[in-house]
Amino acid sequence: MHYTLKEEIKNFSFILPALVIFSFFYILPFFYTFLLALHQGSGLSSLKFVGLENFRRLLSPAGVVILSGSMGSILVVAPLLRFWKERKAAPEGSRVKRIILRIVGIGSIGIGGVCIFYGFRAFSEIFSSSAWVIDREWWASVGRSFYITLWALTFQNFLAFALALCVDRAIRTGQIYRAIFFLLPVLSEIIIGLLVRSLLLPYPGVLPHFLERLGLESWIRDWLNDPRYALTTLAITHCWRGFGWGFVILLAGLQTIPQTLYEAARIDGANGWQRFIRITIPLMLPVIVLVVILTILGTVQVIGLPMVLTRGGPAGRTTVSVLRIYNELKNYHAGYASSQGIILGIILVTLSFTLLKISNKLKKI
Amino acid sequence: MKYKIKKFFLLFLVHTFLISVAISCIFPFLWMINSSFKSNSEFISDYGFKFPHKIMWKNYFIAFCQGKMGIYFLNSLIYTFVSVIGIVVISSLAGYSLSRLQFRGKNFIFFLFLAAMMIPTPAGFVPLYVLLKAVGLLNTRVGYCLAMVNVGLSLSIYLYKTFFDKLPRDLEDAARIDGCNRLRIWWHVILPLARPATAVVVIFNALNVWNEFVLALVIFSNRNLMPLQVGLKEFASSSVGLTNYTVLMAGLTIASLPIIIIYLMMQKHIIKGITAGALVG
Repeated sequence: MHYTLKEEIKNFSFILPALVIFSFFYILPFFYTFLLALHQGSGLSSLKFVGLENFRRLLSPAGVVILSGSMGSILVVAPLLRFWKERKAAPEGSRVKRIILRIVGIGSIGIGGVCIFYGFRAFSEIFSSSAWVIDREWWASVGRSFYITLWALTFQNFLAFALALCVDRAIRTGQIYRAIFFLLPVLSEIIIGLLVRSLLLPYPGVLPHFLERLGLESWIRDWLNDPRYALTTLAITHCWRGFGWGFVILLAGLQTIPQTLYEAARIDGANGWQRFIRITIPLMLPVIVLVVILTILGTVQVIGLPMVLTRGGPAGRTTVSVLRIYNELKNYHAGYASSQGIILGIILVTLSFTLLKISNKLKKI
Repeated sequence: MKYKIKKFFLLFLVHTFLISVAISCIFPFLWMINSSFKSNSEFISDYGFKFPHKIMWKNYFIAFCQGKMGIYFLNSLIYTFVSVIGIVVISSLAGYSLSRLQFRGKNFIFFLFLAAMMIPTPAGFVPLYVLLKAVGLLNTRVGYCLAMVNVGLSLSIYLYKTFFDKLPRDLEDAARIDGCNRLRIWWHVILPLARPATAVVVIFNALNVWNEFVLALVIFSNRNLMPLQVGLKEFASSSVGLTNYTVLMAGLTIASLPIIIIYLMMQKHIIKGITAGALVG
């Protein structure tokens, strides 16, 4: 069917409100992050262009060379390859589309060229020792984020999987358990954080009192204010709040496995462990990978819980990466904050895409 | 016989495990509600483990007025209501056009929304803060609602589009023959048919907006405009919340009890809606 231009504009008007909001609140900020990352200062009026200085502080000169070099060469080579292919093949698509693609390609070559230029400038700094001042505190905060993620991946997900297996196998009243376990993810981080904080704080001392009653005085610590335990407390609270997620998704996955497979295996003489390893795990693999990715993305970006549970303290020991970005923004370093956000985003994207690739490979086998 | 004992023992173990985890989930909330009815001195003497001698409604009164919980609660209601309605209207329009109507660049636009779901932006609030400040939408209700509409947009559009793709076109064609234009088809035919998709979108986004924290923290500095989550944080670090634990518990109960009740009433739908939303994203 062919449409007149007027019809097409009418059709387009349906998506216009979504597109306007999306452009202003997602697309514009997305690209503005990259611009902001090249500046120092707090906002539009007081920005100062500093080039890749923010990234040098985060990555050291060598990191800047690697990052800007690789990004620049991708931005230059990809459109060049495309142009090369187009030269041989017959033109496809409408004229407008081809022109837009060409403009985008040339723009990307330009940006890539600037990246490579700055990469070369940073290259000379590798050998001067004065430029090697890295923001160690930032990498420590990233490390804390991944420490919590490690807890979430192991403790939280194993707990969720074990619970899902129990409910799936033995009990028809799984609905009740599902309702109870999913209550915590439905409530907000702030409520959970404040509640756990008031249970753990040493002054009214509710949990210490409880442990005393049980005769476990030796277990009592200052969980929130002792630098040794604060981060682990945060991690365990996060796991406690989040395991319902994994539980519900894994349970849904388990219930799609047909029971006939287990019966066939039982007739063939497989015991429980063999059935688990040979049937449950392979069939659940896609679901498990999904839960792992969701866990990573959810845990690294956690901010509300550390903010109210331990308030980033003691002595910054629970300042996770996003909390640090927020603090940086509050201290009028919007530029530096967005360069930190870019690095974290790159880490997350690479991680989740690698996991997806691996799971696709495993699926083929 | 031996087999039966073994099975019984296994069942016993499994139940113990499940029940102990379930208790660890419920008990803190019961404790919270119980101690919110106590006076502070009573709370300190028995740690909130015993039932209150005399029910202290005063705690709730203090939390509502002095702690401004009433204002925060009302704000949260407004933001959730406005944002969810905005999301449903805008994304069903967009989903309908992406699924049924023809225009140039359709696939590209859909790809943009998909890409927005795939790419994590852990520091998305930084440029948003700067841009909103530049436009003067910082510290306004409008700015926050628009930002929250945007947060829910891509997922909702995806849900609506996939729903409409599966929907048969016959009813629309009938309406068109009867002389409906596109907008009236959307309002009279498409939206009523899309009720299952709308339910998922509403549940997912309502909880998302209600529990949202970072954007509200960044956007609002005026305490009278803050939604519940940021307000709770302010309340907990204010003089009332820091010294008076039972009032803090009353505040937490105000914030969580409505959600718990709504959740228990429509638990099946909520779990279905949220997992459907999360599995897509």
